[in-house]
Amino acid sequence: MLSQERAPIFEALQAFEKRRVVPFDVPGHKRGRGNRELTALLGEKCVSMDVNSMKPLDNLCHPVSVIREAEELAAEAFGAAHAFLMVGGTTSAVQAMILTVAKRGDKIILPRNVHRSVMGAMVLCGAVPVYVDPACDEELGIPLGMRLEDVKRAIQSHPDAKAVLVNNPTYYGICSDIRSIVKLAHQAGMRCLADEAHGTHFYFGENLPVSAMAAGADMAAVSMHKSGGSLTQSSLLLAGPAMSEGYIRQIINLTQTTSGSYLLLSSLDISRRNLALRGKEAFAQVVSMAEYAREEINRIGGYYAFSRELVNGDSIFDFDTTKLSVHTLPVGLAGIEVYDLLRDEYDIQIEFGDLGNILAYLSIGDRLQDIERLVSALSEIRRRFGKSRAGLMRQEYIEPRVLVSPQKAFYADKESLPLKETVGRICSEFVMCYPPGIPILAPGEQITQDILSYIEYAKEKGCSMTGPEDPDITRLNVLKGGY
Amino acid sequence: MDFWFSEAHTPNVKLSIRVDRQLYSGKSEFQRIDVFDSPEFGRFLTLDGYMMLTEKDEFIYHEMITHVPMAVHPRVRDVLVIGAGDGGVIRELAQYPDIEHIDMVEIDPLVVEVCKKYLPKTSCRLNDERLTIHYEDGLRFIRSCENAYDLIIVDSTDPFGPGEGLFTLEFYGNCSKALREDGILINQHESPFYPEDAAACQRTHKNIVASFPISRVYQAHIPTYSSGHWLFGFASKKYHPLKNLDETRWNMRGISCRYYTTTLHKGAFYIPAYVEELLKDVE
Repeated sequence: MLSQERAPIFEALQAFEKRRVVPFDVPGHKRGRGNRELTALLGEKCVSMDVNSMKPLDNLCHPVSVIREAEELAAEAFGAAHAFLMVGGTTSAVQAMILTVAKRGDKIILPRNVHRSVMGAMVLCGAVPVYVDPACDEELGIPLGMRLEDVKRAIQSHPDAKAVLVNNPTYYGICSDIRSIVKLAHQAGMRCLADEAHGTHFYFGENLPVSAMAAGADMAAVSMHKSGGSLTQSSLLLAGPAMSEGYIRQIINLTQTTSGSYLLLSSLDISRRNLALRGKEAFAQVVSMAEYAREEINRIGGYYAFSRELVNGDSIFDFDTTKLSVHTLPVGLAGIEVYDLLRDEYDIQIEFGDLGNILAYLSIGDRLQDIERLVSALSEIRRRFGKSRAGLMRQEYIEPRVLVSPQKAFYADKESLPLKETVGRICSEFVMCYPPGIPILAPGEQITQDILSYIEYAKEKGCSMTGPEDPDITRLNVLKGGY
Repeated sequence: MDFWFSEAHTPNVKLSIRVDRQLYSGKSEFQRIDVFDSPEFGRFLTLDGYMMLTEKDEFIYHEMITHVPMAVHPRVRDVLVIGAGDGGVIRELAQYPDIEHIDMVEIDPLVVEVCKKYLPKTSCRLNDERLTIHYEDGLRFIRSCENAYDLIIVDSTDPFGPGEGLFTLEFYGNCSKALREDGILINQHESPFYPEDAAACQRTHKNIVASFPISRVYQAHIPTYSSGHWLFGFASKKYHPLKNLDETRWNMRGISCRYYTTTLHKGAFYIPAYVEELLKDVE
């Protein structure tokens, strides 16, 4: 076993570069010579590293040398039995998890505030969702974690379900009691999967919520490119000892590119090394910056930058203190309005704004001086644009009514109706409020008046609504005929 | 021995100054700090390799950033100075007996320490009893100030590195809040000449215009700064830099200057056509 100081893919690329191999293979830009403008944009170094799979560099579809070694190092660093380097974003890692554990008609227990990639995977494989209501914080209007009682009840009502999926944490940094959920799932003979798109740092930081692998989960999708520092679109899929490595690889290869990018792969390799060697100190610094920002933001007045004080032992079992979520309604502004003002007026881009909150993403690349800008801009936004609190609707959890499997609904005969005429019909497409990309409607769900009001309101507030065939969402596709 | 300090003003232009010897080199939490002696410009200070001041031409900068607002505002009692670790602005302000209190906010204590030791010509009044030095981020300091100052002088480094936050809309908005209703904000406004500097100049002007009803720009010639043509910003909620200039009152003070005169004050606001145009573009 190599040490964590090594980065086998990166090292192989360096050795390969020194050999000055003449390329009569793809990619056709030939170390950038065939595309000068691209080279000028990205730099010679970058385009010369954009190479094809070959013997000295291994092959992502069937790794036997340097990619395999990099995966073994990643598995060790994350405390997993196996790790898979992913180049299709964490979406591809989530899809691989679902496709590994479920086939057509199989049930999966999951919270409604799952990422769209989970819903997409169910359309692909024909699995059927069993939703657990994530509790909702009345004050903040955000979806929380799954209550243990609710998971228990779902497992009892659906003993044939194949797996339970857990967000660890949610976009807002809220964690369910994943250790106990793993136990419940395993006792019932189910797998436990974790969407850790926002939890890479749990594996390395101190005093952070427990990671899925440490909690005994069977698989986890980890966005290395979020808090881990690798390039956008690179990700990791982790698996526990009970899973078959070979079968997961087969599943991944169903949809994964056969031309995996070495820029992405080497970025995963280098980032894993960095996290293993320096992650503890780096994330301690992120936490201290987030704590400082919370203190300063809460001193402005009105805003509420929330944290651990929300922990209630159940639906908020733990809180990820690196997340800087701020409740904005008390200053009379929707989160999305503050999000827009920060960008348009102050040249500050944050991760998202929903109806009541904003989230600023802090990571190992942040500087204190930029935190000062964010805090000052929030203070100015309150001074210049603040209103009284009245008249703002809260973001309510609307319980989905799944009448048909997502796959069946997605592929069924459908008709397009004006929004107002769709009440009572079964929707055949997704409606998301993005970010954070949580479904308002998913294929197979009945449309209600509450849902339509919510869509209208979110549109009016400037949330980016995506999913339907009609981009303006004045019409929705519904299943033909009655149901 | 051929020993030169060079600073790139653009990727294709540099200014070089022959150096006698290097007196100090150190690194703080925020930046690298160097002090040199040179035959032509005397002693000079650089931060991260960028020229901050030379003994030979610092008087131009410090007189222009200080006396212009002091000749307009009828009664300055409380002053906030941001940056200015070299003490030059404080030296000029210290000549006004009716100023009651000066808060100086400098992010880097090492700059002050180095200047006290190696640059006595600018740091000579840092012991003035009316002065309080706060070692913290200017943007942070000003966030909690309201209706507290008659004059704010922003003597910042360039709009990249630790001084970045001092060129932003949030900062100028906070300045407006921190000033009394007849307060004045003066900032070093970069150079309008080379395209990259000019872009910073425009962004800065745009942000100030958005925060103050009166916002004018004036100029000075500073040989060791990029292109030598340097701008300052004058922003206020009430006073106009020319209409409210009280020449007699200022001249009666008997402050002796080598660059600033109340006649030059008026001339400094008449700026070249191309500069007027690039400022107008963002107003």
